[in-house]
Amino acid sequence: MKPPIFEYFRPKSIEEAVSVRADHDYSAILAGGQSLIPTMNFRIANPTAIIDISRIDSLAEYRIDDSQIVIGAMVRQRDIELSDSVYKVHPLIRETLEHVAHVPIRCRGTVAGSLAHADAAAELPALLLVSNGCVVAHSASGARIIDANELFQFHMTTSLADNEIITEVRIPVMHDDAGWAFLEFTRRHGDYAVAGVAVILRFSEDGICEESSIASCGIGSRAVRLPEAEAVLLGKKLDSNIINEASQAGKEYVSAADDTHATTEFRQHVLSTILSRAINIAKSRARYGSE
Amino acid sequence: MSTRTFGERVQRNNDERLLTGGGRYVDDIPLPGALHVAFVRSPYARAKILSMDTSLAKSRPGVVEVYTCNDIGALDTEMPLLIPHPSLHSPKTQRPLARDDVFYVGQTVAMVVAVDRYVAEDATRLVDIEYSEPQECNIEIEEAISDDAPRVHDDVPNNVAAHCIQVSGDPEEAFAKAEHFTKVKVRVDRSTAAPMECRAVAARFDSVSGELTIWDGTQAPISVRGGIASIFNLDEDKVRVIAPDVGGGFGQKVLLFYPDELLVPFAAMSLSRPVKYIEDRTENFLGSTQERTQIHEVELAANKDGVVLGLKDNFLHDTGAFIPYGIAVAQVASTAIMGPYRIPNSRVEYKAVYTPIVPVTPYRGCGRPHACFAIERAMDQLAEELGLDRFEVRRRNLIGDDEFPYERPNLLFADGLAVIYDSGQYSKALDMIIESINLEDFKAKQKLALDEGRYLGLGLSFYVEATGIGPYEGGHVKVHPITGKVYVNTGLTTQGQGHETVFAQIVADQLGVSPEDVILVEGDTGAFDWGVATYASRAAVVSGNAIHMAAEKARNIVLEAASNMLEASVDDLELQDGKVNVKGSDVSVGLAAVATACNPLRYAFNEAAQAATQFAPAARSDEPALGDGRAPGIETTEYYAPPHAAWAYGVHAAIVEVDPGLCSIDINRYICVHDCGNMINPTIVEGQVMGGVAQGMGGAFYERCEFDSEGNPRNANFMDFLVPYATEVPKVELHHIETPSPLNPLGVKGVGEAGTIPVAPVIASAIEDALKPLGVEKLHHVPLSPNSIYEALSVAREKNII
Repeated sequence: MKPPIFEYFRPKSIEEAVSVRADHDYSAILAGGQSLIPTMNFRIANPTAIIDISRIDSLAEYRIDDSQIVIGAMVRQRDIELSDSVYKVHPLIRETLEHVAHVPIRCRGTVAGSLAHADAAAELPALLLVSNGCVVAHSASGARIIDANELFQFHMTTSLADNEIITEVRIPVMHDDAGWAFLEFTRRHGDYAVAGVAVILRFSEDGICEESSIASCGIGSRAVRLPEAEAVLLGKKLDSNIINEASQAGKEYVSAADDTHATTEFRQHVLSTILSRAINIAKSRARYGSE
Repeated sequence: MSTRTFGERVQRNNDERLLTGGGRYVDDIPLPGALHVAFVRSPYARAKILSMDTSLAKSRPGVVEVYTCNDIGALDTEMPLLIPHPSLHSPKTQRPLARDDVFYVGQTVAMVVAVDRYVAEDATRLVDIEYSEPQECNIEIEEAISDDAPRVHDDVPNNVAAHCIQVSGDPEEAFAKAEHFTKVKVRVDRSTAAPMECRAVAARFDSVSGELTIWDGTQAPISVRGGIASIFNLDEDKVRVIAPDVGGGFGQKVLLFYPDELLVPFAAMSLSRPVKYIEDRTENFLGSTQERTQIHEVELAANKDGVVLGLKDNFLHDTGAFIPYGIAVAQVASTAIMGPYRIPNSRVEYKAVYTPIVPVTPYRGCGRPHACFAIERAMDQLAEELGLDRFEVRRRNLIGDDEFPYERPNLLFADGLAVIYDSGQYSKALDMIIESINLEDFKAKQKLALDEGRYLGLGLSFYVEATGIGPYEGGHVKVHPITGKVYVNTGLTTQGQGHETVFAQIVADQLGVSPEDVILVEGDTGAFDWGVATYASRAAVVSGNAIHMAAEKARNIVLEAASNMLEASVDDLELQDGKVNVKGSDVSVGLAAVATACNPLRYAFNEAAQAATQFAPAARSDEPALGDGRAPGIETTEYYAPPHAAWAYGVHAAIVEVDPGLCSIDINRYICVHDCGNMINPTIVEGQVMGGVAQGMGGAFYERCEFDSEGNPRNANFMDFLVPYATEVPKVELHHIETPSPLNPLGVKGVGEAGTIPVAPVIASAIEDALKPLGVEKLHHVPLSPNSIYEALSVAREKNII
């Protein structure tokens, strides 16, 4: 469990970082190191160059403006989790982060790093999807925005190009009226999800669901939105039959094959259970969810 | 006035050092210029080796040597069978490096020695081993014993390594007479001990003195030394084996030899450089021994009142590709199967079966968790079938307090000695757990919860554990003449159990010193020459009593010497606060002074020594300095060999809530009543029990080494092989009973494995109880994952109950 030889770079600016990245065919970005280092030690990833971005000061900050939370690529998960200002404008973020591994890991792990690693069972990709967030990717030729629904391609695979670095994560603030919930099922506390769901719901004053956003992780080759389940809820008052129908619709998105922890059938069962529970929680938290 | 610390909650005296990073493990031993080892391991379960080419690897800069079986001289032979047994008719052990055949994925094929571990790992990929097409194999033990199953070893038909039958009483008659029969078939899956520190070996050969020093993360340094000396044809005095701090063993580190244990010293001697092998986690899953898979078919013959007249158990034991530790695990299971119950007639038959996966040696519990799961699930089922209460059925079968010693005639335990339960208060334990549960209150709560659609369940399980087996251990006690501190040695070693504290308490009580002034040095063959190892919950019993006896002898020397020095009768003396006092007076002499006086000196180097020189006024000039049969100083050695095992026991219960939506379990309460005889230190006992329960939770819910049908490990990492985190382990409510063992002077029994044994049946029993209203299938297979609970509820789902 020792990695093969690699070159190590510690740039001081984004410009320097993208230039090193352009010079190497197979480089990897080291931020918190919570996923990269194990994959290197297992020799699953064998990058020839490591670009440590921890000395790029501008990446270590987050800010909140009128419409969005902007999180630099070196911001630790724990800092966002504990941020009251972030919680005020998007409470689902804290609830989601509480499910990410354990405190010592969140103290080092970064929000952007988890998104770039794109583990199919990781929580943060589902959060980005459910929130309609995006990332900013820099390369030597400039910056571009990649929406959540374009970013995640496959387990541990994103649409990020080999010469790009995620520098920022942007998450729109949540509407004041919205209700939210993140639930997941794991074998042990802090494990990757056997199945996880993130839900944001809004209701009209008469209790009709007028915004329905649902994402899930752990159920296939990447985190996904569950549009069929969302559609069941939209335009309706949510009684137990409707919620049950949505949770059944969610089952269709389970594509993971049987693995060590769950068969496909059990995973579907778990997903439908946590989905209906999460919808109920979100509904109870939404301003007009209970009329 | 009592200075007795036996039974007191003396704080563990090693925790600060270990918790603040002061531990010194094998990898911390500074060995300047040490070379590092990595192994080339078999990628196949069963295959032929067609060719081996190490030239490319050898040419890699930084690589010092690459060894295959052709390069290791006399080591190229099968390693020892440690514990032969008449029933073990086809023993097979492994070669340090594979020759011609490989037998499991992970088997060591070649060894790379390089300047560091990075280079060594790189070079393993440059060793070119050509294999045949992988041969057919079968890792399912029930199939592996069939006539047409592929063989792991060509000359072992049906893959059966051992076949054993043990009969006690007259089971046939019991089965002929009985009114009711209960049958269960249970399975416990393969697991691994997963110690925090993986295994580690370092060796240095001093060509000037001819001494070979080996630092080994082992539970058995003295045995390792004996074996190494024998295999390398060296005098034992030229080999020193040191087990420094060891980060957990749980049985995995009692095996000798692992290939590296021989090959690292071999490389150190041939290359004249220190050599180190620090096993990583992947290698621990691939190459360090595992345990657990057994399939038991138990049949009880009972009367309608629940009294069990006879038992038949037929089981299969998976031993992996080799059987270096003999049939210890199966033998323990075969004698633990009757648990705390009278069951006077029994027939137990088992086969140990080869499978082409990692070999099996004892892991904490060693056959007992399997047997306990089998008998306890059978007792639950017997109660259900007879319409009796689970607690009551057990009560009617418990061995009574006045029936001890209770022998099971004709049965032999794993140590070859009789199965005689020495002492216990089994019914009292049952009363205590019923009281602690508050049974009536629970039943009311269960009913109330059910009305709300919540599922509460209660489970219980008894266990017994034969602890403190022989052959023997020794204790050496020496009072230091200058400081008065007491040095203590024994031959076994610690992996964190707290020996330093409890052995210190035993000695402190005899010599009237504080436990902090007793310094234990163990795990070093340079410090003590004789002994066996740490295993089978035996350190406190066997070493503890040997140390006690040595300390008693030292006390007598102190008293006699002080009696001369103080001109007082021995009966008037007391040992207290590091001094010998004349009772009821202020006359005393310090222990250091007594120790100094006991050593007649020629040279005076301080005031105390002046008093001890032969020309001092106290010396008698008409006699030799040492009287007849006397040795200098206060130094004693004693040995203790137990007549047979001391049987500890206990009963655990749990109250759980099951969420059928997620098939997840919340443990609301976990209660444990246990008896390990006299407790030397209740805090340490509780730590052992709780640690055992934590590991038992692993066995109940998580630990399962998975292999595909070709013998490839599927979860050889901590992402997929789950052990419980602290967050998965419930608070344990502990109640002690202390029934002294009549077998040894301290009246103690072992407690190292106890907590692990009954957890799986407790949990299975509780979940079944909770889900009974839904109609759940019997839970006869552990570990129990949420997925398996989901499957046990399939009938309920079909009927649309949930």
